[in-house]
Amino acid sequence: MTLHDLYILSPELGMVGVAMALVLADLLLRSKRMLPVLTLIGLILPLGLSLILWSDINVSDSNGMQGLFGALIVDKFALFFKILVIGTTALVVLSSVEYVEKFDRLRSEYYALILFAASGMMLLASTVELITIYISLELTTLPLAALATFLRTSRSAESGMKLLLLSAVSSAVLLYGMVLIYGFTGTTTLVGISERISMDLLSGGFTMANSALLFGTVLLIAGFGFKIGSVPFQMWVPDVYEGAPTPITAYLSVASKAAGFAVIMRVFYESLSIQGFSTDWGNLFAVLSALSMTIGNLIAVRQSNIKRMLAYSTIAHAGYLMIGLAVLIAKSPGGDMVPGSSGVLFYLAGYAVTNLAVFSAVIAISHRIDSDLIEDFAGMGHRAPFLAAVLTLGVVSLIGIPPTVGFMAKIYIFGAAMSSGMQWLAIIGVLNSVLSAYYYLRVVKTMYLQIPESKKGLAPGLSIRVAAASSFAGVIIFGIYPTPLIELARAAADSLLY
Amino acid sequence: MIAFFLKNPKLVRGFSISIAIVELFLSATVFGLYRIDAAEQFQLIDRFESWIPFETFNVQYYLGIDGLSAPLVLLTGLLGLVAIFSSWNVTERVKEHYMWLLVLQSAVMGVFTSLDFFLFFLFWELELLPMFFLISIWGTGRKEYSAMKFLIFTLLGSAFMLVGILALYFSTSPHTFDMTLLPSAVIAANLIMPAATIFIFLFIGFAIKLPVWPFHTWLPDAHTDAPTAASVILAGVLLKMGGYGMLRVLASFFPGLIAEWAWMLALLGVINILYGAAATIRQTDLKRLIAFSSISHMGFVLLGISSVAGVAGHVSPLGLTGAALQMFTHGTITGMLFLVVGFIYEKCHTRYIPELGGLASKMPFLASALLLAGLASLGLPGTSGFVAELTIFLGTFPTWKLFTILGTLGIVLAAGYILWMIQRTLFGARLGQFNTIKDASLAEMFPVGALAVVILAVGIYPALITDVFSEGVQPIIDSIEQSLGSMPR
Repeated sequence: MTLHDLYILSPELGMVGVAMALVLADLLLRSKRMLPVLTLIGLILPLGLSLILWSDINVSDSNGMQGLFGALIVDKFALFFKILVIGTTALVVLSSVEYVEKFDRLRSEYYALILFAASGMMLLASTVELITIYISLELTTLPLAALATFLRTSRSAESGMKLLLLSAVSSAVLLYGMVLIYGFTGTTTLVGISERISMDLLSGGFTMANSALLFGTVLLIAGFGFKIGSVPFQMWVPDVYEGAPTPITAYLSVASKAAGFAVIMRVFYESLSIQGFSTDWGNLFAVLSALSMTIGNLIAVRQSNIKRMLAYSTIAHAGYLMIGLAVLIAKSPGGDMVPGSSGVLFYLAGYAVTNLAVFSAVIAISHRIDSDLIEDFAGMGHRAPFLAAVLTLGVVSLIGIPPTVGFMAKIYIFGAAMSSGMQWLAIIGVLNSVLSAYYYLRVVKTMYLQIPESKKGLAPGLSIRVAAASSFAGVIIFGIYPTPLIELARAAADSLLY
Repeated sequence: MIAFFLKNPKLVRGFSISIAIVELFLSATVFGLYRIDAAEQFQLIDRFESWIPFETFNVQYYLGIDGLSAPLVLLTGLLGLVAIFSSWNVTERVKEHYMWLLVLQSAVMGVFTSLDFFLFFLFWELELLPMFFLISIWGTGRKEYSAMKFLIFTLLGSAFMLVGILALYFSTSPHTFDMTLLPSAVIAANLIMPAATIFIFLFIGFAIKLPVWPFHTWLPDAHTDAPTAASVILAGVLLKMGGYGMLRVLASFFPGLIAEWAWMLALLGVINILYGAAATIRQTDLKRLIAFSSISHMGFVLLGISSVAGVAGHVSPLGLTGAALQMFTHGTITGMLFLVVGFIYEKCHTRYIPELGGLASKMPFLASALLLAGLASLGLPGTSGFVAELTIFLGTFPTWKLFTILGTLGIVLAAGYILWMIQRTLFGARLGQFNTIKDASLAEMFPVGALAVVILAVGIYPALITDVFSEGVQPIIDSIEQSLGSMPR
């Protein structure tokens, strides 16, 4: 480990440091209220370090910095995700402030575990070597599995157990795929894999080994597919989302998904984007995308628990995101690059803001009324007007109606599909958006039109109002002027192409 | 320039009225500023080119008007003010109500003035949300169901439209959403989907809005269950978005295709006219009756558009001008109908025709207003309805003799349902429970009067509007004649 390595790892190290400091602080502090404040202040450290790295890359005009014997790379792509994860973490922490009153103890561990998971996600965006990918994946999942059980109800324990077991199984599948690819290419770095495969292609010999590569790739897709909640690996999502504490559900749906997409793009773009082969997995992603969108939306219609409904909505949105994966390296008929990767990044950022708006409102409301059922949200238009408005705007963004960032993101990513020959996928995408309007608007209708049993007003706490307000602002501002966000996404995506 | 007023949380009635008056004044000014026979097709441009400036995704904030859109802008301003007045008696959640009305008006204004296809689509979608809330919160009857039906239907149409828009964007090189450039760009483009498919997808989007049979089923529910202001805007302006889209997009970008398929438009138009009229006669709810009559009148628009098939390569400008004029006049006429019916409903607490009767003696002002609007709707000479329908028939008869003849039957049916409705509700024996109802208040008289003036003015001197429209429609006709001429005969 050289000093340079430490430098490029500094955001993650900062995050871990803050996490450990939190646990220590808990031993020293009497008042538990300071913990979230300390967490938020602590988050400034990794954020600052990431921004320093970003400006460093800008100044040196390089494509990124490598470290740890080529296992890590810090480029704009990685930094985009790091900053996204930090932002998401901050909003989740803000939303959790009231919620953690449900836990009688272990509050500092809650925040610390979130930060540990965040560090894993940040690392995941930087890794370019198979073993490191695996390690980061575990680092991300294990804290989340623990966090899922924090409510200490049987539902909660079940969800944590499911998350743990199923991610263990999927990690094993992933590892098997990695082993196969290693066996075929003799190297674990993504760049090395790409070189070996193209070398073999050039030299012409490719029969037995080809099927090993294919099989390994399929297993990789299976392992990663679990992480992002794509069909047919989505069975864990509804149960885990329903049982876990709602802020953790929010965190899973946004940050964990973002990290998953980051690593998929990294792996498939850098190592497996070979002529002829890439259309194979591109088409596979297209099919999975179509299935995820449709199945996710169809089953969501029948849900009566809002967390389960949002879980299926997450599956559907994973489908929309995978459209970008399907066209990741496609070329439009005109020959210019298709915005597949920047589409995914822009959509992820927009989805993060949108989903956090929805979840912050849901967290606040269901915490007060102590129920997760949609029908208990009746009359929230009067009882909690601000939160109802935030939830409505978030839902409108999820459907893809202006003036929200969801609208922009959907058009961007459908445009990517249209321009690269996958028009059928774009058609399925728009039809699914229409379908999703039905169940999303049902929540809005319940809030504004149904007569509630009690007319008491809900007074949400300050921190969750801040979280709700900032995500609300994000959804509208980027809905009307998405250019800065799109620019960031493109800069990050371009660095992926080196 | 057009000013866009977005939502205003601390709104009170008076403030929104003044905003609407300013809006109307602006739109009237815009209309007045439009110079006929100017060199450029589009005038009063407001352009911000670098809104979303990326090579693969270039969107401009680009607004302007031409002959086709100028009168529609005027219509929007007028009906917007009317709608705000008609909501005078709303008591529940007043500020949200006006907020949604103003956002709605901005959105529709944006649709008519957009010269960038993406921006057009954005405004098209933007009107969904205010309409959904207006119907579902302040409506009557099965309002939640109707609101949801409206939204899902329209969203479905726009889903298809989006695919068409993106297909056009990515087919042109360089990629452009610019609607002033697209007509020529489409001809030169290397289409990524067959032209017919793109045409059909866009057509579906506009057809659901107009609405064209068989996509019309959302309309009766949405119109009937919406509050008065929403009905006025929905029937008066929103439906015109469909017709405007057909003229601006389908006829301009695909002149050859639209001429080829004009027979289908004529057929669908006649079905709209006759089916709509037949269904109207059976209605017993006043608002539902007007809703179905709207379907019928929109059929006239479609019939007018179908005149683009031309006769021996020559397209009469009358058909398209008539269709555009019908959009304008129907907006004012149906707007007035819904307005008056809305006031009647507020005072009598019923819209059910068998329960109404003899209202003329108690409410002379509203009764005469309803009579005027009804006569205009059936096309009495002297009212704008007559001019519009006559122009359409004159324009379409050379091309589609049979369809036009069938269309004129629609006038007969219209006379039937209008006069019958008027006889039953306004005249006849007065029913006891209406002894204490009052006529229109001053605030209610104003919008009704304004619309009546417009209906009569255009009826007596249609050139006020038709001159502008015919100039707007000319480029379309030119390009169609060009493509007709180049087609093998």
